[in-house]
Amino acid sequence: MTSYSRRTLLKTGAAFAGASALGFPAIVRAQATRIKIGHLVPLTGFLGAIGSYAQLGVKLAAAEINQSGGIIGKQIDLMSEDSVNPATASTKAQRMIEQDGAVVLLGEISSASSLTIMQVAERNKKVFFSTGARSDALRGKNCNRYSFHCDIPNTVMVNAVGTALNQKGMVKGKKFFTLTADYIFGHDLLKAAKTFFDANGATLAGDELIATDVTDFSPYLLKVRQAKPDVVCCNLAGNQVTNLVKQYAEFGFPYPLVGFNLNTGDAWAAGEGNLSGTWPTVWYHTLDNPASKAFVAAFTKKYDKPPENHAWIDYITLKLLAQAINEIKSTESEALIAHFEKQTEFDIMKARKGYFRSWDHQLVQEAYPFTVKPKNEMKDKWDMLVLGDAVPVPTEPLEKIYPTKTQNPCEMKA
Amino acid sequence: MQFTFLLEQVVNGLVLGGYYLLIALGLSLIFSVGGVVNLAHGAFFALGAYVSVEITKYLGFGSAVVLSPIAVAMLGILFERYILRRFYTADPILSLLVTFGLAMVAEQAIRIIWGAPPLSAAIPPALRGSVFLGDFLFSRYRLLILAVVAAVLVGVWLLLHKTSFGRVVRAGIQRPDMVAALGIRLQPYMTVIVMLGVGMAALAGAFFAPITIVQPAMGADIITVAFVVVVIGGLGSFWGVVIAALLVGVVRGITIHFEPAAGEASMYVLMFVVLLVRPRGLLGERIEKFE
Repeated sequence: MTSYSRRTLLKTGAAFAGASALGFPAIVRAQATRIKIGHLVPLTGFLGAIGSYAQLGVKLAAAEINQSGGIIGKQIDLMSEDSVNPATASTKAQRMIEQDGAVVLLGEISSASSLTIMQVAERNKKVFFSTGARSDALRGKNCNRYSFHCDIPNTVMVNAVGTALNQKGMVKGKKFFTLTADYIFGHDLLKAAKTFFDANGATLAGDELIATDVTDFSPYLLKVRQAKPDVVCCNLAGNQVTNLVKQYAEFGFPYPLVGFNLNTGDAWAAGEGNLSGTWPTVWYHTLDNPASKAFVAAFTKKYDKPPENHAWIDYITLKLLAQAINEIKSTESEALIAHFEKQTEFDIMKARKGYFRSWDHQLVQEAYPFTVKPKNEMKDKWDMLVLGDAVPVPTEPLEKIYPTKTQNPCEMKA
Repeated sequence: MQFTFLLEQVVNGLVLGGYYLLIALGLSLIFSVGGVVNLAHGAFFALGAYVSVEITKYLGFGSAVVLSPIAVAMLGILFERYILRRFYTADPILSLLVTFGLAMVAEQAIRIIWGAPPLSAAIPPALRGSVFLGDFLFSRYRLLILAVVAAVLVGVWLLLHKTSFGRVVRAGIQRPDMVAALGIRLQPYMTVIVMLGVGMAALAGAFFAPITIVQPAMGADIITVAFVVVVIGGLGSFWGVVIAALLVGVVRGITIHFEPAAGEASMYVLMFVVLLVRPRGLLGERIEKFE
């Protein structure tokens, strides 16, 4: 028995070695004519649903770029994989750079996984676009010069919703109860929320940190009722937002539910009549501008459903990256960083153009608060949000809603 | 006040335990009679949820929670007849592998048919909101689930203890060789047990679709909890599973009350303690074929 299995093991090992020996020249040859780009995003777990939209978005961008002749005359070879968790994300990022020859990485939604990929990028001196992670700390104390941040940070989401809530008189003198995701993203969001409450005369009646694998919120909802707050505030992420929204509607509490984080994919999954309140978003498929409409049409044609905000952000990131490489005719990290640090402006399918801020590499752009559309006004099941006015208002500089250098200092190591 | 609140958490935990019970009872029955740990059990839970969301669109919620478990139970017959049946006497590793593989196939199949993004589902408006019983707050919908679980429980108990069918099944758990010696084939009984077991899992899925996220991996998430409940309760014991499920729900509620961070880990600690003290589970019987 033992000798048999050992022989099998040896055979298998030999087969693997042989296969990689044969496969190797093919990979090397491919590099000359193709540009390899690595894309990592959670496809399983509590962020898997929105991650799958991100993958559809980036694939559409790659297909369109290749169809129009590629980048500097070369076709894109997009490797898109499930990042699973922070440890796997880091291993896969390293493998994509080292073995597969990726010249640049993009993707991610989880702030914890994004942080580990940022470290891989820095170690290997390759540029990484963190497309969907929102923790302020990634732009602040964890920042590095190889990492760029495309989604709006937590502070902006708090400011977007906070401004809307303030206008409705739901902040000053009110007691908030927060339910917060227990990982770097949530901790960070809670910090931003507390800063906002302090600055606007609201108090915190209670706060619960919730592990990311919780699916039943009933014990926490009992605690909410015990605290009798004026407003309940959701600082969760991914599937957990949907679960909380559903169960909150189930219990039917009188306290309004608002939230500082929501992706439209989670809103679509909430179910009829379950979602209410005011939430933030970075983009929505009903935005009225030509670029956005063209993207929504192309996406809907290919996938038979409209794009979610993570599909949008991964799509525009690959597009603006391709545009940058075409302009500087190089995929070298230093050249790319220098180009983006010039604060070059990009059309990102919004009223105002966006740019990466030079000192923290944040894509500075508009954000929107939204409320939920009454059912009889919905054109289809995807058309469930009413976008509020973009923040900041057109007369104010975009950076007004972003953390300042003193609020979220970033020291890029060379 | 503090005590009342704690009691409220305990009662809420009991309700949650009832939900675990629907899934765990089937898992336990299939294991006790067939000797197969059905790792694909969660897949039937997920299917129950997906099918009920589909049916709700056309026939409404009431029909969905009845028809979906029936449809999935029919699928269970095929599952028993063409797959599970081959593994009753085989090495347990084989049945573990085949049901584990099947769980993955089912999850991917759901992803292919319905897509990775979650489906949306909602409670009918009439069942929303909470009711007060004395000082306690309950979700109206969860009370309904609790009533359904209680009815199912009574039904299964009567079936196992008051019918000739139940007598054969219980004898089959203890002494399959004696049952065979009496000239009774256990296989048709197994078909019914599997049908019943996966039907209950699908019923849980149908009832929980409106209050939890309906996504392809929902089956994989629930199977661990169900398995822990079965292990704590002990094999071959109806009441063992019932007590274990309620206990897991209550311990989770109390833990979240005092130490929220440990909430999801509490059931594993409970399993650890129970196995230390009673390796066979709370009410587990000594079953010869498993010793």
